[in-house]
Amino acid sequence: MGAPKKSGGGGRVSVTEDSDELVRVPLQAILLADSFNTKFRPITLECPKVLLPLVNVPMINYTLTWLESAGVEDVFVFCCAHSKQVIDYLDKSGWLSQPNFSVTTIESHNSVSAGDALRLIYERNVIHGDFVLISGDTVSNMSLTQALAEHKERKKRDSNAVMTMVIKRSKTNPAIHQSRLGTDELFMAINPDTKQLLYYEERTDLSKGVMHLDKSFLADNPSLTLHHDKQDCYIDICSPEVLSLFTDNFDYQHLRRHFVKGLLVDDIMGYKIFVHEIHSNYASRIDNFRSYDTVSRDIIHRWTYPMVPDVMNYGNTATKLERQGMYRASEISQSQTAVIGPFTVLGFGTKIGNNTIISDSVIGKGCKIGSNVQIKGCYIWDHVTIEDGCKLNHAIVCNEVTLKSGAVLEPGVILSFKVVVGPEFVVPPYSYVSLLQQPVEEDSDEELEYADSTSVITSKVDKSDEEDASEVPEARISSVSELGMGGVGYIWQKCEGSQEEEWRHSVAPIPADKISEAMKTMEDDLELTHDGSILPPSGELIPDSNDSDEDNEDSRDDFFEREVEATFLRAVNENIQEDHLILEVNSLKLSCNKLTADCAGAVFYAMMKYAVDTPHSSLDGLMQNVKAVLSKWKKALTSYLTDIDEQIEIILKFEEICLESAKEFAPLFSKILLYMYTEDIIEEDAILSWEDEKRDADEADKVFVNKAQDLIQWLKVAEEEDE
Amino acid sequence: MPDVQALVNDFVNQLKKRKIEGSQATAKQTAEVLRSVISQQRVPHTNQAAALINAVRAVGEQLIAANPVELAVGNIVRRILHIIREEDLSLATAAMAGLGLSVASDDEDDMERSDQPILSAAAVAAAARSTLRPPSLQTLLEDMPDSAAVPHTSSSGGDSEGKSRSVDKGSRGRKLKHDVIEAVNELIQDISTCYEQIAEQAIEHIHQNEVILTLGSSKTVLEFLCAAKEKKRSFKVFVAEGAPRYQGHLLAKDLAARGLQTTVITDSAVFAMISRVNMVIVGAHAVMANGGVIAPVGLNMVALAAQRHAVPFVVLAGSHKLCPLYPHNPEVLLNELRSPSELLDFGEFSDCMDSASGAGSLHIVNPTFDYVPPKLVSLFITDTGGHNPSYMYRLIADYYSADDLVVKGRPTTGS
Repeated sequence: MGAPKKSGGGGRVSVTEDSDELVRVPLQAILLADSFNTKFRPITLECPKVLLPLVNVPMINYTLTWLESAGVEDVFVFCCAHSKQVIDYLDKSGWLSQPNFSVTTIESHNSVSAGDALRLIYERNVIHGDFVLISGDTVSNMSLTQALAEHKERKKRDSNAVMTMVIKRSKTNPAIHQSRLGTDELFMAINPDTKQLLYYEERTDLSKGVMHLDKSFLADNPSLTLHHDKQDCYIDICSPEVLSLFTDNFDYQHLRRHFVKGLLVDDIMGYKIFVHEIHSNYASRIDNFRSYDTVSRDIIHRWTYPMVPDVMNYGNTATKLERQGMYRASEISQSQTAVIGPFTVLGFGTKIGNNTIISDSVIGKGCKIGSNVQIKGCYIWDHVTIEDGCKLNHAIVCNEVTLKSGAVLEPGVILSFKVVVGPEFVVPPYSYVSLLQQPVEEDSDEELEYADSTSVITSKVDKSDEEDASEVPEARISSVSELGMGGVGYIWQKCEGSQEEEWRHSVAPIPADKISEAMKTMEDDLELTHDGSILPPSGELIPDSNDSDEDNEDSRDDFFEREVEATFLRAVNENIQEDHLILEVNSLKLSCNKLTADCAGAVFYAMMKYAVDTPHSSLDGLMQNVKAVLSKWKKALTSYLTDIDEQIEIILKFEEICLESAKEFAPLFSKILLYMYTEDIIEEDAILSWEDEKRDADEADKVFVNKAQDLIQWLKVAEEEDE
Repeated sequence: MPDVQALVNDFVNQLKKRKIEGSQATAKQTAEVLRSVISQQRVPHTNQAAALINAVRAVGEQLIAANPVELAVGNIVRRILHIIREEDLSLATAAMAGLGLSVASDDEDDMERSDQPILSAAAVAAAARSTLRPPSLQTLLEDMPDSAAVPHTSSSGGDSEGKSRSVDKGSRGRKLKHDVIEAVNELIQDISTCYEQIAEQAIEHIHQNEVILTLGSSKTVLEFLCAAKEKKRSFKVFVAEGAPRYQGHLLAKDLAARGLQTTVITDSAVFAMISRVNMVIVGAHAVMANGGVIAPVGLNMVALAAQRHAVPFVVLAGSHKLCPLYPHNPEVLLNELRSPSELLDFGEFSDCMDSASGAGSLHIVNPTFDYVPPKLVSLFITDTGGHNPSYMYRLIADYYSADDLVVKGRPTTGS
């Protein structure tokens, strides 16, 4: 009796089991304690990225704290480079022995990408339900409840909804909102109803906002929103299938570039990715030095509350928030003449000398700062010694660095651990200085790493550890001169490609000229789209912009005519075939949303202009020119003159030319008209109806009609004779 | 012991992450954590009270450091230290008094005797209180319910305690511990019923057809107003919304659901409305020893408006909110700045906040609390009755012992 019942109610039973399971399985998370890139070099040669202090607290603490407060119970920390340091830290700071929050480390030495890491975790078979995939450098205070509920709800309805990505609106300034975090430009297409992600593209070049969408997108999705103003928070809620997908596709390396794009492109399996947008909460990933700077500032401005310095006191050094956003730990000795500006964080036991000015900076614990030092927008880590009269400007200074008196750090400088800068030495902008020599064999940029070789990177990971041991003493001896008297460290050579982009990723603020440049390109883009030479006509889509703005319309006309003229001149000068000219003009016509009549007018205008511009001595000479041009490019013109209306348009245009731009034609009006008639450019009907149109006009308008009276009479007579 | 440590760590974590909100919940949890600390603490044969005090202190220090702004934590830690001291004192006097008696005592006597010390514990404590300090109205009044309540609550424990006591001489330590735990239980009870005790007094303060103004949301205020409503008083309530968290909206909703005529106004309209108001009733975050109030942001303005129009400004506060500390620079030191996202959306104005990029320097300050100086407060209503601000220090002296004002025990922990 039991058996048939079971099979009969199978569906129901499984549903309840399912929901039970969802309740019971603790929320798990995979934290990748390795960024698998080299953006934080040279610092990451010596210290794992997740342990870099962010406002004096190692980054991984922010991520773990958030995971804990978001209700995650089980975290797997995947350590790769410097895994020992990470594990030691986690152990020491007590994360491994938290009640109700289990942190498990997974160590690997040969994983070279996020893909490898996830494959390894899949092999371990530790993930049993939905999990949060996050990198150890993410700062957030969002609540996962809603996103998780949405994800589960979708999963129930559609088992192919494997992933929910968290996105956030970026800052408002459109020119720099993407570069705020130093990340690449991100374009997304989202279905506004289902929140399904349809398109995801990151690009480094600022290529004029051109985006290629497959036609089928538009066919398949009744509505679609394109976004350029969102930032990816790199917090993903994944179903367990994601891990197996990585295993199935062994070439997936990068989470976004391969996995997300792979899923979006692959329509056989039909896996779907959705987005969850957060509004008032904060979430951001530290991907490079610029985002390090930006996120630090956001923390100091308390957007990440409760993850702010005075609340997150790990260890026993309590930090107090004072007026104007000044955070001070205890036992700071500060000279009375020192000026500490707002939004500054001073670490435990730091000493500050006379007349020193510090603003917008973070100073770690145990630093000794001398007199007359200027520090602006810097991140100074622990136990740094800065002697008198140094100037630091938007730099990152790692642990135990020494700046001798009078040293100057220009914007964007990174000083790695234990570097010594000699007295009066000026470290050039955007330079990276490290005790370790720049690894030679992989000047390959990041792209390359992902694209093919795995061997290069494995060697790099191993090598970085070796370097620690072997090369340091050597460095001390050989590089004395490189950083001034008594300086220790190498200034790294920059690879050619990154020169351009260094300001994007640097800790220094975006230079003003770059911002204005960005603004300008943006304006240009706008102009272009407005003129319609790139995007399909805006005129048709936004009709009121045309109706309301007459000037606008005129300028568009002008633009079109100028373009046609230029095209024509090019055709003449470069002897381009007529067919090609027609093709070009046609494309202009399409892009500017013009009628054939407009083209005819514009082409005719261009010809006449050319005829006038060609040197001539007398009216006869001019006539010769006109004849020559018309006969040569007749085909180009006639291809637009299929209709009588267009022919009339030409006559009207000719009239206009004679009146305005080239008065020299005025005496020749009837002659040229006759010529065009005989050359079959204009038909007799056109001339007659032109005359017809002008009959009721003012006398002034009739000047040319009168001039052509002979011709018209002749035509009329001929017509009658025909009849 | 390890599980207590885990419990403490867990609570410290929650405090650190600002997961517990509201002083009542915090106070209650603090008391519960400390209760388990006490019950797990092994007491030596000699000087048990000191051992307990040290244990509580050590934990209390951690808890206070976890969220220095939440004063209720420190209050409860000090209250419990005070309880230990008092129980120890009463036990000591009782032991001395009972020494002669116990020589002749036999088993039949046991039951009776076991009751007696407990009765006397309270009496002695009260006596000690009144001898140690100049007599006050409060202590005189408090003696009555105290001596009535203590035997009642502890009689259940008295049975077993009496037996064990006769068996072992070392059980005096357990006796102390037991008494302390009983007293802490009572404290927890007090904290959870403080609403009711405050609300009972509502009828004396709210009169027919009055207009009451409040700001933000406070459970105490809600209960207080509802108690008056239940007693068939009809009155109107103005609720200032309490930007930026707008908890006033929730309060207004609750009040309206209970049939009170409620009007929501903006914070900035308080001054305009105050002339129509008969009384301002608000909750507090903490009451300082000088009678100053740490209250949700915006209340200082309300208090000033009330003073300008001579409207009584009444603060409701459970006794766990009484803090024995004097405020020093309270706007900064006893304040918490929350995320600017409560005021503005991230991204909306944050460009202006990037002072480094030179776009401008917009600062957003979002403090949680206001400090209302004692001269602006007309009356405090606590669970023990109504008090003048200038009387607060006396009340505090009843709840806390002067030795505990500084909880931080050894300077070595600072490193």
